Amino acid sequence: MAINTETAQTVEALTEERYKYGFVTDIETDSAPPGLSEEIVRFISAKKGEPEWLLDWRLRAYRRWLETAEDTPSWANLDYPEIDYQASSYYSAPLRDEDRPQSLDEVDPELLATYAKLGIPLQEQEMLAGVAVDAVFDSVSVATTFKSKLSELGIIFCSLSEAVTEHPELVQKYLGTVVPYADNYFATLNSAVFTDGSFVYIPKGVRCPMELSTYFRINAANTGQFERTLIIADEGSYVSYLEGCTAPMRDENQLHAAVVELIAFDDAEIKYSTVQNWYPGDENGKGGIFNFVTKRGACRGRNSKISWTQVETGSAITWKYPSCLLIGDGSQGEFYSIAITNNCQQADTGTKMIHIGKNTRSRIVSKGVSAGRADQTYRGLVRVQGKADNARNHTQCDSLLIGEKCGAHTVPYIESRNASAQLEHEATTSKISEDQLFYCRQRGIAEEEAVALIVNGFCREVLQELPMEFAVEAQKLVAISLEGSVG
Amino acid sequence: MLEIKGLSVSVVGKEILKDFNLSVAAGEVHAIMGPNGSGKSTLSYVLAGREGYDITAGSVSYRGQDLLALKPEIRAREGLFLAFQYPVEIPGVGSATFLKTAVNAIRKHRGEKLYDAMEFLKIMREKRDALGISEEMMRRALNVGFSGGEKKRNEVLQMALLEPYLAVLDETDSGLDIDALKIAAEGINSLRSPERAMIVITHYQRLLEYVVPDYVHVMADGQVVRSGGKELALELEEKGYSGFGDKAEAAA
Repeated sequence: MAINTETAQTVEALTEERYKYGFVTDIETDSAPPGLSEEIVRFISAKKGEPEWLLDWRLRAYRRWLETAEDTPSWANLDYPEIDYQASSYYSAPLRDEDRPQSLDEVDPELLATYAKLGIPLQEQEMLAGVAVDAVFDSVSVATTFKSKLSELGIIFCSLSEAVTEHPELVQKYLGTVVPYADNYFATLNSAVFTDGSFVYIPKGVRCPMELSTYFRINAANTGQFERTLIIADEGSYVSYLEGCTAPMRDENQLHAAVVELIAFDDAEIKYSTVQNWYPGDENGKGGIFNFVTKRGACRGRNSKISWTQVETGSAITWKYPSCLLIGDGSQGEFYSIAITNNCQQADTGTKMIHIGKNTRSRIVSKGVSAGRADQTYRGLVRVQGKADNARNHTQCDSLLIGEKCGAHTVPYIESRNASAQLEHEATTSKISEDQLFYCRQRGIAEEEAVALIVNGFCREVLQELPMEFAVEAQKLVAISLEGSVG
Repeated sequence: MLEIKGLSVSVVGKEILKDFNLSVAAGEVHAIMGPNGSGKSTLSYVLAGREGYDITAGSVSYRGQDLLALKPEIRAREGLFLAFQYPVEIPGVGSATFLKTAVNAIRKHRGEKLYDAMEFLKIMREKRDALGISEEMMRRALNVGFSGGEKKRNEVLQMALLEPYLAVLDETDSGLDIDALKIAAEGINSLRSPERAMIVITHYQRLLEYVVPDYVHVMADGQVVRSGGKELALELEEKGYSGFGDKAEAAA
């Protein structure tokens, strides 16, 4: 809390200084005016009391972004209106309690209905809906207990901003080393204006005893738009990290451009699971989040392993390719994905497995479900570089269509520069058959429930990869995402 | 229990059932026999509510309700069960999971308490042991990789768990060897009760040696051409479908 007061003071001083450059911000609302400029980047950095090196890095990213402004990626199979980057605001502090809904009575009933279907306890509903809650709120104390337990093991789990202050040497050493600021248009944008995110460091030989979840990181709850996460697993360590939530989160920002960087050293393993359920827009595709995410893991050490599991059900536009750089000899990358698109949702998602070290292995299991007028594409790259002797990949890519107006596309890129590589690619496209639906209904199962059952069966291989508690919620989420897709 | 009156049904303009009549009371077992294409399976699908069948005339009353007005899942919840001739495969959905979902859907409709996983497994174990179905089989995805016999036994197991008032068994004997047939028949017989009626659709008399019907109807060209007691099945076995009127002969 002391840091916050300090930051506030620094910021106040700095914003007053900025004032003479014609930059106005209302300190009461604590938000930057719409638009992106060097001043805004400086403002964000100052707000967060960042060191000089980080400001420099942001500014380099910003200049790069300006140079590439004409160059937004157009290769994806996505159709969306041009984004006006000058129209949105790039910084807003978390809402103060008096601005939040004071109780669940003030929250959108539709949102509450969804929470009820997911079986989310009342207190968690309050948190998710952004209701102002007491400081003695259970989860806060739970979070505190967890934190002390983790720190006994030397595990660092905090917001990225906190890490910049408390562990600057680690952040400076690793930030941007997996996803450089110039990596791609959206990663560049994120590097310039990222607000916050998670930071995890697992020391040598430590097996993190619990699933780390953003859910318990209350202080960084409102960082959705330009989130940046950095996870480092030192030699012989293990961590399982859960991102997102099955429940739809309240969010007013349309554009999301997150970056996640994972680094695994010798014999370390990182398991990263995501459930993405941002607002998908209405039935006609109005509103809805544009989600442009860059996620990449570097298996730097020998026999290291990075495993991505994702359940993508939300957003109007999803552009996301969690990838693995298999650098260390014997390292392994995995990608398990479920993408569900309904109504007018569009998703272009997949993975990249870059085999650099010897005896590296990768496995891709992608399950795409398309309903309504939705369109989705699996786009994946498997590349075996010259020195990656005995690299192996197995890719399985299945699409399921519901109805007559949706689409599914598979675009696999396979590049091998080493003759010893063994690469396999399997793909299927199927429809839910009338026979299957009728069979279920004859057993008393209503049509929508039958669709959910069949789709959950289709996704089973991936659902199994999720941590237990997440998996149960994800199954319910699959059902909810497809409501109204039949009949 | 069931009263079918003057039912005519066509599929893409072709009339399959023609002025079909059948009356089934609680506790009775009716066998429907007939050559391929006589409309037996159509009858079972129409009763279960499958789409794609145009009802052009007639009515079906089931336990005091207009059956044809109900959605397929409501018919099932009201106690109408169809054992499929070709049970469908649903990859990734465990057989036990599927059954629990179905049983609970029906219990919910009847205002009964839903089973949790443990209760359900216990009840399922009792029923499947009697049918010689292994636990391993119930862990497999529904009907995926099941042999013909396993699929049919699984249908009987579902019937046992769903406890219908009216069970329609569509060629449950086809694809079964004699041992599997006996097990399936025992399962079916154990479900005979004064409250429950069954319509057993079959090609051959073989099943009826084990599941002895109260009535036998011979179907030909979309109609019942002859009805009688269980001895009618034997007569059929001897003479074939010829000799049951011109229609049966023509259809055979």
